[in-house]
Amino acid sequence: MMDFDAKPPLMRVQGLSCAYGSRTVVRDISFDLWPGEVLAIVGESGSGKTTLLNAVAARHTPSAGQVSFDLRDHGLQEIYGMSEAQRRMLARTDWGFVHQNAADGLRMNVSAGANVSERLMALGQRHYGQLREQAIDWLERVEISPSRIDDRPNTFSGGMRQRLQIARNLITQPRLVFMDEPTSGLDVSVQAKLLDMMRTLTRQMNLAAIIVTHDLAVARLLAQRMMVMQNGEAVETGLTDQVLDDPQHPYTQLLVSSVLQP
Amino acid sequence: MLQNDMVESSPLRDPKINFAYLDERTKRMIRRAILKAVAIPGYQVPFGSREMPLPYGWGTGGIQVTASIIGESDVLKVIDQGSDDTVNAVNIRRFFQRTTGVEVTTDTTAASIIQTRHRIPETPLREGQVIVYQVPVPEPMQRLEPREEETRKLHALQEYGLMHVNLFEDLAHYGHISSTYDYPVLVNGRYIMSPSPIPKFDNPKMHLNPALQLFGAGREKRIYAVPPYTTVESLGFEDHPFEVQRWQSVCELCGSNESFLDEVIMDDQGKKMFVCSDSDYCSKRQVTP
Repeated sequence: MMDFDAKPPLMRVQGLSCAYGSRTVVRDISFDLWPGEVLAIVGESGSGKTTLLNAVAARHTPSAGQVSFDLRDHGLQEIYGMSEAQRRMLARTDWGFVHQNAADGLRMNVSAGANVSERLMALGQRHYGQLREQAIDWLERVEISPSRIDDRPNTFSGGMRQRLQIARNLITQPRLVFMDEPTSGLDVSVQAKLLDMMRTLTRQMNLAAIIVTHDLAVARLLAQRMMVMQNGEAVETGLTDQVLDDPQHPYTQLLVSSVLQP
Repeated sequence: MLQNDMVESSPLRDPKINFAYLDERTKRMIRRAILKAVAIPGYQVPFGSREMPLPYGWGTGGIQVTASIIGESDVLKVIDQGSDDTVNAVNIRRFFQRTTGVEVTTDTTAASIIQTRHRIPETPLREGQVIVYQVPVPEPMQRLEPREEETRKLHALQEYGLMHVNLFEDLAHYGHISSTYDYPVLVNGRYIMSPSPIPKFDNPKMHLNPALQLFGAGREKRIYAVPPYTTVESLGFEDHPFEVQRWQSVCELCGSNESFLDEVIMDDQGKKMFVCSDSDYCSKRQVTP
């Protein structure tokens, strides 16, 4: 057993609720996320997965509860208590956000190289040669040919766009990445390749991730832990294998039994 | 009787129009915007731009700024692309002659206010002079980030990575920074600013300039300023620094090799010549080379 008490968690979520007007879509969610850990949030459409992800990624102000993140130099800090400038800085250095639709996370009208190095330029890097070298390095790591560096993402396939989006997020060596359905909309062989690559990268970089998905196979492959949501509540949490192999809650049982076996 | 005095001192002035066309309250509102702009160099101050008797894109912003600061003792010079005698310059000069009756000139050194479109005069400006730029697009990040709410936030938080994405694209596609006009600058180490569509050749002239530089965008309803002796730095990369354009030829009229040259097509056979775009500078050099 690892001694988790020695260090604070990377992210701590306590009693988080989100409401749109009078309708509560996320109710009283709490969890800790440790460095290098991948947490999958699964559940059907409308169960509040994406709202929860946006709330913990500082993209949607929750109606109650706290989200704290372990800053490199200040320890655990409540993110909605920070100034907007700090929060945005955090979001483009120590965090990444991978959108379901790659076009939402990329600049479609500028080259792949500029997309990948944008975060570095935002941090003040001003040496073109070095920026380009780092962009090439990252394109290779996500298995995009460096010869495509000057092409725009709208000439890329869906899988390539998704990989480009990942490279753009990981170039600043973040410690936490949020992913919203990163593999949906890709065909199965491309999905497998992407999952394989993400597993390698999270291991190599000791990268923690929160992945929202409705695909239990994705959760099984990537996540150590998972949380099952229904109607805005976490009905079951636990180790991925445990939850999938021995589901306790009726909804989780239904979910697991609904997967088609080819 | 006040009116009669003015008519006497300036025969060209139309007595039925208020001095400098705008009403006094509007001028005061614009002056307040100008004061704020001078206090925060490079920051775009919103103002209630008025409808002017000429279309947007013809310098309505610059005219409103000039109209708010001009007084009876001022000497006005108006240039368009460096020249005193192009349509835009002639019209705006006549507009101010008719509405203020002030003395006008083509001599850069004699002018106290210079309204300009697309150039900064070659003759160095001095303390006490005001140069007013006509600005079509005040927001330097507009091409990459069309949401105004977002660009305002980026300015506020000084998140300027986007500007270098633009330059990066140029280098990636052309191997050099291809923007030649409206080249973005960092003012006073704080705000990124559009210098209006002046050629980048003129950018270095803005740096630590002794004159007051005012910018007016009429359609976009923004005023911004660079006070005298303020740093104005053109963006670039460490390994691809900012550079101004150079010509292989010299001006064929005055022989200058350090001014901004226009390429003029002479006939249907494609014969061409290079001449100074600053007509005042060029004609003075022709008299005393």
